[in-house]
Amino acid sequence: MSKERTGEGFSRRRTLGTLGSLAGTALLPGAPAFAQAPKGKPIRIGFQVHRTGIGATYGRWYERTTTAAVKLMNEKGGIAGRPVEIVAEDDGTDPKRGPEVVEKLCKQHKVDFVYGTLFSHVVIASAPRAGELKIPYFVVSEGYHVASGKLNRYVFQPGITDVRAQVTAMSSWILDKLGKKVTMIYPDYAFGYDHRDFFGQAVAKRGGTVLEKLAIPPTESSFTKYFARVPADTEVLYHVMVGPGVLTFVKEMGEHFGKKRPQIFGFIDSLEGVDIASPGLEFLDGTYFWEAFPRYADSTTSAHAKSYRKLVGVNDSGASTADPKDVSTFSHMFGCWETLHVIKQAVEKSGYKDPAPGDYKKLVEALESMTDFAEGPGHPQGPKKFNGKLHQCYGHQYVSKVEDRKLKVVHRTKIEDSLYDPEADYTKQPL
Amino acid sequence: MSFGPHLFLALLEGTVTAFVLALTALGLSLVFGVMRIVNVAHGEFFMLGAVLAWVCASLVGSPLGGFLFALIAAPLAVGAIALAADRLVLRRVDYHPESTIVATIGLLYILQQAVLTLYGPDARPVPAPVSFTLQFPWFGYSGYKLVVAAISAALLAATWWLLANTRLGLYMRAAQQDLEMAQAFGVPARRVYAIVFALGAMLAAAAGVLVVPIQQAHYLMGLDPLLLSFIVVILGGLGSVRGTLVAAFVVGISDGVVSVFFSPTLAKIIATLLVAAVLVFRPGGLFGEERA
Repeated sequence: MSKERTGEGFSRRRTLGTLGSLAGTALLPGAPAFAQAPKGKPIRIGFQVHRTGIGATYGRWYERTTTAAVKLMNEKGGIAGRPVEIVAEDDGTDPKRGPEVVEKLCKQHKVDFVYGTLFSHVVIASAPRAGELKIPYFVVSEGYHVASGKLNRYVFQPGITDVRAQVTAMSSWILDKLGKKVTMIYPDYAFGYDHRDFFGQAVAKRGGTVLEKLAIPPTESSFTKYFARVPADTEVLYHVMVGPGVLTFVKEMGEHFGKKRPQIFGFIDSLEGVDIASPGLEFLDGTYFWEAFPRYADSTTSAHAKSYRKLVGVNDSGASTADPKDVSTFSHMFGCWETLHVIKQAVEKSGYKDPAPGDYKKLVEALESMTDFAEGPGHPQGPKKFNGKLHQCYGHQYVSKVEDRKLKVVHRTKIEDSLYDPEADYTKQPL
Repeated sequence: MSFGPHLFLALLEGTVTAFVLALTALGLSLVFGVMRIVNVAHGEFFMLGAVLAWVCASLVGSPLGGFLFALIAAPLAVGAIALAADRLVLRRVDYHPESTIVATIGLLYILQQAVLTLYGPDARPVPAPVSFTLQFPWFGYSGYKLVVAAISAALLAATWWLLANTRLGLYMRAAQQDLEMAQAFGVPARRVYAIVFALGAMLAAAAGVLVVPIQQAHYLMGLDPLLLSFIVVILGGLGSVRGTLVAAFVVGISDGVVSVFFSPTLAKIIATLLVAAVLVFRPGGLFGEERA
């Protein structure tokens, strides 16, 4: 069952927050000239959030990041001088509920845009409704579904890179450094299939072999039975898991393989929201993870990344500053922050005013004409390239090694490493 | 991995699954057998056991202490909730078979949403009371899983003894065979019903406590055990304790073997087909002849 919360409580709180920040800005003597207090009709952004269901851990951090980003934006003059307001609605990480939430946000709450969906099965279910309603729909999902061209012209993913780009960037490093014979373990739905298909292709292209592909349902709670099917001559175990069972998954992987483990390369999704130093995860030392944004801060962390951590409330180990046991989904949630800043740019560039077809057309076309997002306060993860035909951004990726129960970055890819031949062109679709 | 060790792992997994399943399904079977109630909220008692185990583990510092505390406290607390549900809901609808299905569906949502509200949507780990890995030449296996099987076996044996050797067990068997006759002989039916409902919930809660160090506590974890328990109870014959135990082992071990050699989804498909076949060819279940 999904739990509904209407936007009222949230918007009241938001309004109070906005008032507070207005007061704060007015009191600041040294406030820069451009930080005019936002005024006029607020820009209302509908936030489709996984507060409950299997995506709840991600949802909690997506919400915190969103709140922090909006607070900062309102302190700095809002979007086009107007205050920003978030209307959050839980979809229970449920593909059936997803389109209903999009509709409710659009029709009932009359938001300007819908934003924030993560789990790919929910995105794929919700996107057609956004297309029918002709409302821009900004997802923060990682799946290849946006760039594949199978969604529609109103769907954008400008704040987080897609799985195909990630695995394309990772594959040569994995095959060169770890081994050529790979067994893949991935969740049994759209997001997992992106891994299966595109990593599989990349491996074949670079002279490696995928020995076995093991798909695991995302609601699974026991994993030993799957590990038995990992072939003995596997050189690299490639894993990516999501859902409430991720800690169990990694623990049972350690128990099963013991000291005789192959090289292990995981996507951090398998441990998002989980402390690397949890008991039972000792065996992970010496294994590798893909990260989009390094969870542990070190000497190379940029000033923008540091200030982002501080504003969201994340310490140097990637956990909440309020509760060090509450580990963030650091490699995903920055996507919310960056997406909101892209929305700001697009609104300001296009002169968007009201949720009406003409204004939406201007906004979509303005977004499609963008090519680069520079690193800065709005893009703390780093610079991005944006492909307006694919509605997808591209950025740097990281490989980190587990050392002393922490993640340490060992490799950063170039943006070009993650590019692939485009398969779609949304700009040809009518608006 | 070659065939021998592969099969060994499949049997290990299957045995552990079977014991936990037997414990969960036994509660459902007792409640149906004695009270003629299909308790749709049974999986939520399992989930409550797991969530309470997390609460106990956070209250007590040491994993072993927390576990032992949970093994006693969680079933008692869940039993008390079940008693309250019996008194406030089931008795009010006079244990009417159709009404109780709807009532227990309501109970399912109340329990699930209450846990979501109070405990939150996260999956939280509970440390195992003992953690050691059995290192076989071909693979490692969690020692705690074998502890789970052993404790389940002990609890099953205790329940069996209760049914066979105590006055309460006699009352329960009498109520199951012929309620009117039992009442005529002075069996306090209402009290027996309340105790059976609580006992069923306690068994599920104990299974939840045992499983949580392997699985993590999550508010939606009750669904899977509920479905599997129904499969087991229907296969074994509704209300037959012996049938439930046999069916739990058939389903558990075949699930282990099919999951390891083929895929876990195929295992679920086969179990469901098995249920369909039993319903067609032997509608009372494998051991259904005990039904009055």
